Amino acid sequence: MFTISQRPLSSALWSDPVPPSTHRRHPSELAALRGTDDRMDVDVDDADHADLGVGSSLGGHGTYVENDQVVSSVTGTIERVNKLISVKPLKSRYIPEVGDLVIGRIVEVGSSRWRVDANARQDAVLMLSSVNLPGGVQRRKIESDALKMREFLAEGDLLVAEVQAFFGDGAISLHTRSLRYGKLRNGLLLSLPPRLIRRLKSHFHHIPPPCGPSGVDVILGLNGLVWVAAGTGEDRREGGEGFDAEGVYSDKNDVRNPPSSRTAISLVSNLINLFAAHNVPLSDTLLLDAHAWVHKRGVIGPDVPRDVGERLLAELVGVDVSAD
Amino acid sequence: MSSSRLEILNDGGLRHDARRPYELRSTSFSLGTHPTADGSSTVTQGLTSVSVTVFGPREPKQRAGVTHDRASIVVEVGVALWAGTGAQRRTRGDKRLMEVGAAIRQTFEPVIMTQLYPRSEIFINVQVISADGGILPSSINATTLALIDAGISLLDYVTSVSIGLHLTQPLLDLSAPEENDLPTLVVASLPGSGKITLAQMETRLHVDRFEEMLLLGVEAG
Repeated sequence: MFTISQRPLSSALWSDPVPPSTHRRHPSELAALRGTDDRMDVDVDDADHADLGVGSSLGGHGTYVENDQVVSSVTGTIERVNKLISVKPLKSRYIPEVGDLVIGRIVEVGSSRWRVDANARQDAVLMLSSVNLPGGVQRRKIESDALKMREFLAEGDLLVAEVQAFFGDGAISLHTRSLRYGKLRNGLLLSLPPRLIRRLKSHFHHIPPPCGPSGVDVILGLNGLVWVAAGTGEDRREGGEGFDAEGVYSDKNDVRNPPSSRTAISLVSNLINLFAAHNVPLSDTLLLDAHAWVHKRGVIGPDVPRDVGERLLAELVGVDVSAD
Repeated sequence: MSSSRLEILNDGGLRHDARRPYELRSTSFSLGTHPTADGSSTVTQGLTSVSVTVFGPREPKQRAGVTHDRASIVVEVGVALWAGTGAQRRTRGDKRLMEVGAAIRQTFEPVIMTQLYPRSEIFINVQVISADGGILPSSINATTLALIDAGISLLDYVTSVSIGLHLTQPLLDLSAPEENDLPTLVVASLPGSGKITLAQMETRLHVDRFEEMLLLGVEAG
């Protein structure tokens, strides 16, 4: 049992010099944190209606202005860029940004557009003009393509795409105009809290054999959806010899997926779920290390025994979960 | 009826459950109780226990619910069969539950910054796990916590408490037997600004006194 009390803000109650935060910090921000005693810079704000105590500042996201004072409207970490103050909620739905890689599911086929559930505030839109159709990147879309839309992507299909633009009301438009994007198959979908996926240089990762006969591909969607699929070898990826540009919209899983490949997929997804259960942000190196770690200890999967998982977390991430 | 024989305040000035008039029941809050919801909380006040899950802002499930400039708020209230309301089974379409749902929606409509989430829906599911009076205040408290957990922008917290009047003596946080016998007022307020977003009662009472008492209740919570 606990009670909620209003704690004075920007107090030096934190024994930890850097309060827990889920966002990646800019180097200059970290330098500022180290260099100053003023904890106003970043503070976990659990007083919802607390004055941030600064004059002539601008309220950003997660704040509103009342009586010339910036007041936070969500519980989270304060981020400050010069005069702009914003509060990032500890937990929230996916907030899209242009260029984000997302995984979505088609919910509706409309006239020259698909509606995609991308775990955001509203359904995303995928225009027929912003997909690659079989037959070449430069191909013009004609009327017969609009009639065949359901053959390319039907309701329930999963796809990986990039956020292209915002509409006026905040809805997003996606595009799949890259050979890496498009329909997903040969794998399984995981749904995680979006805050655990950080913005990385690449969100397509490959865990090479011995993780399954052909390795395992992992796509980390920034909207919290993660796709774990049978790996594609070097030659079969886009640009390679065996890349199958015509099979992009195929609904069929590859027949040569042996059980060992599926075991590897399950193992990797169990590892991801293990990290997610303990709020560990995911990255490619973490997954590679984790798989190497369990492989060294002879865990073939798909299950990761509890004690093994605890040791994995303790050794790789430094999280002690034995007390939980 | 047994309730008419209930002594609301005994000679020592204590209530039937040995509380003083301004004393709240033992309260516990927990956040993030439901892993798949965007936000969730469980609030227990005495023997009343309410669990709230919040989904959204998300694409509206029904096309009719779309408002182009702000989010729509949908509240669903359910009572567990074992909750012990004393009444027969209540289904989702029940009048009284719809009333509770509407009260919660009206309470939060001015507090949630709905204009930030156009064309979307915030879905609030209230489940009464056990009922011993004060379902509405507990639900409002739980909803506030669940909305905070979901990271939805709020102008302020909302806190709520029920107040009864026995002769001239006001009582805070009524239990079910007291609620049956006394005129009851439910107030939901914003502690930051002191504004009141909900005042619901079925009898006529003096409001000034209750506002004062509400602040007492908010502090105690």
